[in-house]
Amino acid sequence: MSTMTIAKAINEGLRATLANDPKSFLMGEDIGSLGGVYRVTEGLKAEFGDHRVMDTPLAESGIIGTAIGMALRGHRPICEIQFDGFVFPAFNQITTQLAKIHTRSDGQLSAPVVIRIPYGGGIGSIEHHSESPEALFAHTPGLRIITPSNANDAYWMIQQAVECKDPVIFFEPKRRYWLKGEVDTENSPGDPFKAHVLREGTDATIVAYGPLVPVALAAANAAAEDGRSVEVIDLRSISPIDFDTVEASVNKTGRLIVAHEAPTFGGIGGEIASRISERCFYSLEAPAIRVGGFHMPYPVARVEEHYLPDIDRMLEALDRAFAY
Amino acid sequence: MGDAQLPATHMKTNESAGHQALPGTDSAGLLRPAQVGEADMVRLLDAEGNRHPDSAFDPYIDALDPETLRGFYKDMAFVRRFDAEATALQRQGELALWVPVVGQEAAQIGSGRAMRPADYAFPTYREHGVALTRGLDLADLLKLFRGISNGGWDPREKNFHLYTLVLAAQTPHAVGYAMGIQRDMAADSATEPAAVVAYFGDGSSSEGDVHESMVFAASYNAPVVFFCQNNNWAISVPFEVQSKIPLVNRAGGYGFPGIRVDGNDILAVYAVTQWALDHARDGHGPVLIEASTYRVGAHTTADDPTKYRRMAEEELWKTRDPLLRLETYLRATGLADEQFFATVKSDADELAAHVRRATLAMGGADIRQKFATVYAEAHPLVAEELAWFENYEASFVDADTQGGPA
Repeated sequence: MSTMTIAKAINEGLRATLANDPKSFLMGEDIGSLGGVYRVTEGLKAEFGDHRVMDTPLAESGIIGTAIGMALRGHRPICEIQFDGFVFPAFNQITTQLAKIHTRSDGQLSAPVVIRIPYGGGIGSIEHHSESPEALFAHTPGLRIITPSNANDAYWMIQQAVECKDPVIFFEPKRRYWLKGEVDTENSPGDPFKAHVLREGTDATIVAYGPLVPVALAAANAAAEDGRSVEVIDLRSISPIDFDTVEASVNKTGRLIVAHEAPTFGGIGGEIASRISERCFYSLEAPAIRVGGFHMPYPVARVEEHYLPDIDRMLEALDRAFAY
Repeated sequence: MGDAQLPATHMKTNESAGHQALPGTDSAGLLRPAQVGEADMVRLLDAEGNRHPDSAFDPYIDALDPETLRGFYKDMAFVRRFDAEATALQRQGELALWVPVVGQEAAQIGSGRAMRPADYAFPTYREHGVALTRGLDLADLLKLFRGISNGGWDPREKNFHLYTLVLAAQTPHAVGYAMGIQRDMAADSATEPAAVVAYFGDGSSSEGDVHESMVFAASYNAPVVFFCQNNNWAISVPFEVQSKIPLVNRAGGYGFPGIRVDGNDILAVYAVTQWALDHARDGHGPVLIEASTYRVGAHTTADDPTKYRRMAEEELWKTRDPLLRLETYLRATGLADEQFFATVKSDADELAAHVRRATLAMGGADIRQKFATVYAEAHPLVAEELAWFENYEASFVDADTQGGPA
């Protein structure tokens, strides 16, 4: 057991993968000598060599496209896309090729490529550096999407992503890179596609993932001061979604809030609200309420505090849920 | 032989095309960039079937025995006959669509025959001739066009990847596969040296993935041969809309060799591809080959070339027919007789009959198999939807057995 930041936990997870799986390697822009713009891969090139930690040409489609080819040859590429907003040059390779190769080949081929993407806002950055495009990929059958919210999950889930036979997009909550937590390097937290109940409650459920999990926990603490017992679920996996865990919680609490930074329209929250309304119709005291970004391109840094869901936005959603 | 130094005239690095499209020149005729610079094009067998000496590439042809040369013809005749049968099957409603290859047989058989079993091909969706050289059952190619599979064969069996329909998307896969070969050779000296052929066309050459592929291939010195069949037409758009210079000139911009070859001359295509594959396998990095050829038929069976090009142009290219020129050569040199050509014809008819029989016997597809192959590992949503589907289907069975509404 040791304490480390999420960034360091991913670094340690990658180090373990590189050490354990000789077919694995990292590829991306500036990940070698620089150690990545967020230093997540710091020291790995020095330890494993440029053969295992490859600085690539600056071409996202080329990164994913060549990774697919290497996976077809039996290698295990772990690609870094430098920022969320820069994944789109590779969108074609991810959605028309990577996601479909297994089914296109009638199950004969697999392309176990891992794509790491720092995502989300709250860092005061410039355009294209703060986005949450997870729903675009969740809408693509054939991909798996996971996102850790704490250091222990970060350490384990990146390794589990590489072990998975399917392509996995690993969204890293960039504004939480420096969030510290305990990491148990001996005992795995189990299935990376299962949600975790982080706080138990009886009156309402908040489902969040990635960067909003700490916000949800803080909101639950604040709600407790008002006498409301709020359960918090860290979704961990965005595709597939562990609806069973959410269903069990909502059957107990009767109220559901789903929170993400991405725009609510067409988002993951809507999918969860819809499915839970079917599964828990007779248990619900109120409609599921979404807390998320507005239907606008991610705004400039000076106003992002108004865009990003915070504790008050979650408490306001709880108020609405309790008003029914 | 793999390290043979090519005469400078064959190597296009960074000089300009030297010719410009003339203003007002229409798409039919000879005054098009794709058809200039013929002096720079490798040609061992001209349209009349005359053999032209070439010190750099003759050794590759001199090494061939008569049986192999006859085999070149046989393969081209087979794929042409197969192509006609597939077109007929489409016309008869047995295929949703077909992508004819007629006119490009030399480019495909020549390049495919140059590959070794350990080499790997990444085709577009028109490489039926290459598929034949790799040893595929050509009937398997039709599963895609019959709506039974989006693939149709196990690519690992013959090292021939699935057809890719998104233009140029397969080119980075080819480069990555080549980079994988490099890694395997570095990790284990017993790994058989191999190279990859990335097929694409003049239309695809405009796609960004071709550019990124060439950048990666150059950066990592990947053992990949970019084989461009410039068939002059991207559906209805003539080559000069894609490029004002022969595509081979682009190789110089990436820093690797390019060779322009008469794509209707199977001897030249075979020789330059052998050279390029040797070059790549021996660790010297990528090569771009531009095979100048012509799509004599339509883009697909849904296409109508009369809307955008002139009959005279098609007629001109028919005089450059790849089969005819090799036939002339084989007859003139006494390497093949009438009996050989008669046998090839009847064998090709037999292949066509096999393809027809196999196609009609293919049966349908099963959506359960589609549920089963979305992911390699178990997936709860797919399982839930499959269970729902099974219940839904079963409800109709109940209705039928109870005599309810169908």
